[in-house]
Amino acid sequence: MSASPDFSRNFTDPRALKSFILSTITVGCAILACIPLFSVLAMLILRGGRRFSLELFTSLPPTAFDSGGGFGNAIVGTVVMVGIASLIAVPFGIIGAIYLAEFGPHTRIATVARFCAKTMTGIPSILAGVFAYSVVVMVTGTYSAVAGGIALSLLMLPTVMLTAEEAIQMVPAIMREAAVGMGCTPTQAMWKVVLPKAMPGIITGVMLAIARAAGETAPLLFTALFSDYWMFQGGAGDLMEPTASLAVLIYNFSGMPFENQIQLAWAASLVLVLMVFTLNILSRLIGQRKK
Amino acid sequence: MSTPQSAATTDEVVIDCRVNKIFYGNFLAVRDSHVPILKNKITGFIGPSGCGKSTVLKSINRMNDLVRSFRFEGEIRFEGQDLYAKNVDPVTVRRYIGMVFQQPNPFSMSIYENVAFGLRLARYKGDYDARVEEALKGAALWDEVKDKLKNNGMSLSGGQQQRLCIARAIATRPPVILMDEPASALDPIATRQIEELMVELKKDYTVAIVTHNMQQALRVADKTAFFAVDISRGGRTGYLVEMGDTRELFENPREALTREYLSGEFS
Amino acid sequence: MAARKTDQAQPGSTSACRPPTTLDTLVDRTFRGLTLCFAWLTLLLIIYIFWRIGGTAIPAMHKFGISFLTSTDWDPGQGRFGILPEIWGTLYSSLLALFGGGIFGVAIAVFLTQDFLPHNVTVVLKSIIELLAAIPSVVYGLWGIFVLIPLIRPLADWLHLHLGWLPFFSTSLSGPGLFPAALVLSIMILPTVAAISQDALAAIPAKIREAAFGMGATRWESILRVFLPTASGGIFGALVLGFGRALGETMALAMLVGNSNQLTLSLFSPANTLAALLALNFPEASDYEVRVLMYAAVVLLVITFLVNVAGQLIITATLRTGGSK
Ligand SMILES: Nc1ncnc2c1ncn2[C@@H]1O[C@H](COP(=O)(O)OP(=O)(O)O)[C@@H](O)[C@H]1O
Ligand SMILES: [Mg+2]
Repeated sequence: MSASPDFSRNFTDPRALKSFILSTITVGCAILACIPLFSVLAMLILRGGRRFSLELFTSLPPTAFDSGGGFGNAIVGTVVMVGIASLIAVPFGIIGAIYLAEFGPHTRIATVARFCAKTMTGIPSILAGVFAYSVVVMVTGTYSAVAGGIALSLLMLPTVMLTAEEAIQMVPAIMREAAVGMGCTPTQAMWKVVLPKAMPGIITGVMLAIARAAGETAPLLFTALFSDYWMFQGGAGDLMEPTASLAVLIYNFSGMPFENQIQLAWAASLVLVLMVFTLNILSRLIGQRKK
Repeated sequence: MSTPQSAATTDEVVIDCRVNKIFYGNFLAVRDSHVPILKNKITGFIGPSGCGKSTVLKSINRMNDLVRSFRFEGEIRFEGQDLYAKNVDPVTVRRYIGMVFQQPNPFSMSIYENVAFGLRLARYKGDYDARVEEALKGAALWDEVKDKLKNNGMSLSGGQQQRLCIARAIATRPPVILMDEPASALDPIATRQIEELMVELKKDYTVAIVTHNMQQALRVADKTAFFAVDISRGGRTGYLVEMGDTRELFENPREALTREYLSGEFS
Repeated sequence: MAARKTDQAQPGSTSACRPPTTLDTLVDRTFRGLTLCFAWLTLLLIIYIFWRIGGTAIPAMHKFGISFLTSTDWDPGQGRFGILPEIWGTLYSSLLALFGGGIFGVAIAVFLTQDFLPHNVTVVLKSIIELLAAIPSVVYGLWGIFVLIPLIRPLADWLHLHLGWLPFFSTSLSGPGLFPAALVLSIMILPTVAAISQDALAAIPAKIREAAFGMGATRWESILRVFLPTASGGIFGALVLGFGRALGETMALAMLVGNSNQLTLSLFSPANTLAALLALNFPEASDYEVRVLMYAAVVLLVITFLVNVAGQLIITATLRTGGSK
C-alpha cells in the first residue's frame, strides 16, 4: 500500500456523486421556480398585448354582450385609492419611523411599536378590508374610494415604517454627529441632515409599498366595490361613491363567460403588472444610487 | 497626580474641566482628571489609544449625550457656569463650543451652505457672504474653493473637507473649538496644512485638540495633557497623568510614566 | 467673566453664536412629541383593529358560540352557519403550499448563498425571485384559471385513474380545486421563504464556513451537516412566516379553490378557505350575515396573528442567539 494519498478528483466516489446529485436537484429547483414567472409574463404579453390599444385607457368597461371597451375608470380609481392610502400611510409611517430610529429607539414603546409593525406586515390583506368595512362602510353606509384607500393604507403602513426606520438608521453616525456638534436641536438635525440623507431609502420603501397596494384586490372587494362609470363626474363627492379598480376588474372579468371580458382581464393584468414592475424597478434604481 | 501647572496662573481659564468619573454603562472610562483650558491657547490631549481622550473632549461640549449609556460625574465650568448643571441645554452648549471630528464630515450640500449652516441655525441677520468668505479664509480654504462655492462639500479632497469642517465650525466664531484627531485621516501634506491652520486659529480662538501623534502635539500645542490607562484595578480606566507647558512636559516630564510613553516604550 | 463671552480679541466680526430660539425649542419639543404619538398610534391601531373586528363579531359569537367552529353548514337562508370546512381548507391548502414553497424556497436560498453561481447570475436570479413576489395575486389567479388548471388536468386525471384508491386522489379535477390553489399558493410564498432563509444562511459567520471546509467536508456535507443546522432557526422562522402568508392569501384561493363547503382530503376536489369565504360573501351580505362573517374574520385574524407572532419571535430569537454563539 502506498502511503501517499490520491488527490485527483474521482467522480465515482460516493461523496462526489452525492454532491453532484444534490447540486443537480438544487439547480432544477431554481430553474423550475423561474418557470411560473416567465409563463405569467408570456401569457400577459401574448393575451394581454393583443388587446393593447389606446381604447383601453379611454373607454369604460363593456357590458355583457358588448365588444370593445376598456378600463380607463379602473386606472383612475386605482390611482386615486393608492393616492389616498399614501396620504395616510406615508406621513404616519415616516413620522413613526423617526421615533423608532432616532428619538427613542430603545424605549419600550418603540420596541412594542416595531413589533406591531412587523406583525401588521403579516395580517392578511382581506382583514384590512374587513376592518375598513366595519369602520367606514358600516358607518357611512356606502362603499367608497375613501374606504378602499383606508384599507390599502393599513397594508402600506408597516412597509413604509419599517423601511424608513432602516433607512434612517443607515445614516452614518458621523453625519449625525456633525449636525449635533453644530448645535442643531434633535429636530433640526433630523430635518436638515438625517432625513435628506435617508431620503433615497425612504422613497424606495414608499414605492415598494405603493406597488404592493396597487395590486391588492381583496381589501377593495367590499370597501370600494366597483363602478362602471368615470370618477369625478359629480365632483369630489365621488370619493364617497363606489369606485372601480384594475385589480377588482380583473377579478370580476376573470369569472365571466365572455371572451371580450376575459381578454380585457388579461389586458388589465398587463397594465397592472407593468405599473407594479415599473415601481419596483424604479425603487430599486433609487435604492442602488444611494450606495 | 493631576496637579495643573501652577506657572499658568496669569492665563485666563475659559473651560475648567474637572472629571471625577465618566461611565459608559458600568464601565468606568475615565477618572479623576482636571484639565483647565486656557484662552487663546492650544491645549493638546495625548496618550495611548483607549485612554479616554475623546471621551473627555466630547464631554466638554456634551456630544457624549448622544451615547445612551454615558454618565458624567464632575463639573465642567465654562466661564464660571457648570455645563452639566440641570438647567443647561446641551444644544446651546454646542453652539458656543464648536467641534471638528476625526473623520471629515461635511454635509451633503454646497460648500457655501456647509459654512453658512451654523449661521442659519443661529438665525444670523447680517451679511452671509462676508461671513462665509471670512470663515473659509480663516480655514485657509478660500483660494481653493472661491470659484466653486456651489459645488457639493463632499466633492472636495479629504484635507479640503476637513478644512471645510473647520470653516463650518468657526463661521459663527464660537469662543472654543474642540478637535478630535482632526488630521489622523489625512495624508502628511494635508496634515501639515491643518497644523499650520491651528496655529493661525489660536489668535482668535481657544482650541483643544486630541492627537495620537506626539510630534503634532509638540508642534502645535501650548499646553499638553497626558492621559494613560490604569489597569491596576481590573478595569481599563483612563486618567490624567500630568499636564503642563508642552516643551516642559516633553523635555522634562515629572512622571516616570510620561517619560516612558514619550520615549516610545508603550503606546 | 460671562459678559466677555462674545468680545474676545477678534479682528474680524463678532461672535454669531446664539442659543436656539424659543421657536426652535418649541418646534423641537412638539415634533418629538408628535413622533412619540405616532409610535403609540401604531400600537393603538393594532388594538383598534382587533377591538373593532372583534366587537362587530361579538353578537354572532354569543349566538353561535363554539359550534360555529365545528359545524359544517353554511346556509344563510336557514340561519345556520359553520366554518369547519373553511378552517380545514385554510390549514390544508396552506400546509400543501408550505410543503412546495418551503422545499423550493430553501433550495433556492441555498443555491443563492453558497456560491454555486457567479455573482452577477446570482443577482439576476435574486431579482427574478423578487419580481415573482411583486406580481399581484389576482394576476396569479387569472393565470391559474386559464393556464395552470388546463395544464394539470391530464396529470390529475391520470393520478385519479391509477391511484384513485388513495384519499388524496379520490376525486377527479373538474376545474377549480385544492391542488391548483395550493400550487399557486406555493409559488406565492416561495419568495418569502427564500428571502428570509437567505438572510439566515448569509448570517452564518465566516469562521463557521472556514471550519467546515477546513475539515475537508465537501460542499454538500458542509451545507447539510453544518450550514443548514446553524441557520435552522431562521429557516424555521421563514417557513412559519410563509405559512402565515399562505393562511391569509385571498384572491388566488377565491379564484382557484372552487368555493365548495366540504371537508375533504382529496387534492382535486373543490374546497374553501376562510379568506375566500370572506371575499365571496362580504360584498352581497346582509347586515346580519356581515356579523357572522366578522366572526369568521376574527378566527382568521387570531390564527394568522398567532402564526405571525410565532414566526417573528423565532426569527428575532435566533438572530439574537446566532450573534452570540
Ligand atoms: N460610545 C461608547 N460606548 C461604550 N464605551 C465607549 C464608547 N466610547 C468609548 N468607549 C470606551 O471608553 C474608553 C475610552 O475611549 P476613547 O475616549 O475613545 O479613547 P481615546 O480617544 O483615548 O482613544 C475605551 O475603552 C472605549 O472602549
Ligand atoms: Mg479617540
